[in-house]
Amino acid sequence: MSASKSAVAPSATRPTSKIASRRQRWGYVYVAPFAAVFAVFLVLPLGYALWMSLHNKGIATAGRSVFAGADNYVKAFTDPVFLEGLWRVLRFVLVMVPVQIVVALVAALLLDTLATRLSRATRLLIFVPYAIPAVIGALMWGFLYSPRFGPAQDVFGLVGLAAPNFLSSANIFGSLVNIVTWQWVGYYMIIIYAALRSIDPSVYEAAVLDGADGRQIALRIKVPMISSSMVMIVVFALIGTLQFFTEPQVLRSSAQGAIPSDYTPNMYAFATAFNYSQFNYASTLAFALGFLVFVGSYVFLFLTRKQSGLK
Amino acid sequence: MTTSTLLSRSRTDRAVQDTSGPVGQGRRLGSHVVLVILAIYFVVPLWWLAVASTKTNAGLFAGDALWFGSDFALWDNIAGLFTHQGGIYWTWFRNSFVYAIAGGVGATALSVLAGYGLAKYRFRGRSAFFALLLGSVMVPMTALVIPTFVLLSGMGLLNTMWAVILPSLLSPVGVYLVRVYAQDAVPEEVLDAGRVDGAGELRLFFQVVLPLLRPAIVTVLLLTTVATWNNFFLPLAVLRDPNLLPVTVGIYNWQALSNAGAGGEQVWNLIVTGSFLSVVPLVAAFLSLQRYWQGGLSLGSVR
Repeated sequence: MSASKSAVAPSATRPTSKIASRRQRWGYVYVAPFAAVFAVFLVLPLGYALWMSLHNKGIATAGRSVFAGADNYVKAFTDPVFLEGLWRVLRFVLVMVPVQIVVALVAALLLDTLATRLSRATRLLIFVPYAIPAVIGALMWGFLYSPRFGPAQDVFGLVGLAAPNFLSSANIFGSLVNIVTWQWVGYYMIIIYAALRSIDPSVYEAAVLDGADGRQIALRIKVPMISSSMVMIVVFALIGTLQFFTEPQVLRSSAQGAIPSDYTPNMYAFATAFNYSQFNYASTLAFALGFLVFVGSYVFLFLTRKQSGLK
Repeated sequence: MTTSTLLSRSRTDRAVQDTSGPVGQGRRLGSHVVLVILAIYFVVPLWWLAVASTKTNAGLFAGDALWFGSDFALWDNIAGLFTHQGGIYWTWFRNSFVYAIAGGVGATALSVLAGYGLAKYRFRGRSAFFALLLGSVMVPMTALVIPTFVLLSGMGLLNTMWAVILPSLLSPVGVYLVRVYAQDAVPEEVLDAGRVDGAGELRLFFQVVLPLLRPAIVTVLLLTTVATWNNFFLPLAVLRDPNLLPVTVGIYNWQALSNAGAGGEQVWNLIVTGSFLSVVPLVAAFLSLQRYWQGGLSLGSVR
């Protein structure tokens, strides 16, 4: 989106003298502090993870790092636990991302057409969960789901039903989808809402004169016009969901037995590193997951480059 | 921020006109019903948390989860947080503040400098670095936790506050937002006028650029502070000393112990009250700063 701008900009500010060209070097001064942190806490860990994933260290190697080639990756991509975790987060992506986007979009479209005190209050209330730490959000829902503490029995009792056990193996998937939806819809809604607000109303005034109703305007005019924001939040949701960790990790102790310690690839990597001290294999899992997330979001951005305006 | 609030104000009038007429009235009612249902869904868990923090340990199991119990025990619970394990909860609370402020302010400062540098100076390697930055937005941060743990351990920083603060200084999204914003918000003419008047680059930055970037600064500060305050994976991995934990990890540990049913460790009332108190600062910050972030969060989506 900014690429097109920067393509035009240089001609306007092209250094014309020696002093001006020397001035451009100030750019290094401004970028240097961030670049240092970027190098130490992003490039270095990534490189180190790659290096560790290509080596092995343990009792069998007498505590020294020994080059192992692609052994760890062969192990990872034939490891049923890792593959099952990948498949699970993929299913989370397929369910959770559309649910979140649809709820956020509906809320934003409704809020965009209303300007009442109630709609302003609702906008804030929907957003508030974003300010709640994921740990606290998951813990809270854990209480609400709990047959011992929760209001589920009271609520379902009103209509004469028995409350389902939200924390059973059969229901835990939906229960987790609900927690994440609750937590993130507000953030996505605000981004979509801000994008809708920036549309010039004259764009669809003609459609109103032609007799288009609110739903047609929303789907045919507004949604296509905010597609770059939509692409962005889908990428955010995609990246977040593939690294699913906090919510299942917190719910684990409440939902006894329903969430194993290797429920998602990230939880598996964490347990491998900190419960079994297999840092080489854990790095392999983390790097493989990171690589898949990167490729996945890159492919998505490539497929939607027309909508997003990114080149 | 002023332009965005003005913008939404003028749009407000238009929105009211759209829905006039009898058909509009019916649709407005329907829309409001949907909004009320949504609002209830998003608020009920927080309502529960507020109500539950006024209950005793026994009261939490007594049913009527969504309404107050017979005793009002909020003050007792807060007092309990001061005595349980020597009041360690308040140490966690303070730690969370230290991490969030150090990480948030630090990450924002680095983002503003780098974003402005990338937007307004044409140094060699600029495009390459910006491409690298865009790519890094897609690197999942959790993939970095395990190698970061090993690296911090090599530097002897494991189990210190630095182990949480230093990695939190990294915010590629923050740099990206400032860069996009600075492109238009800081006109070349203003910079050139300052240079003609003899202002140095640093003076320009502090006296001219910083005030122009204020909306972007507030937004990035809010985003990075929230990210650090909410951080869980990193402190869980790099901290062992209970006195260094942020409130998120501390409460997580209490909850895991209570669920394990370890003798005498069932402190549900303290977990609930502790959770409630820990969400108050950020919710208050968001509600009081809304006019800043509402315009700012859309920065990343401007074409």
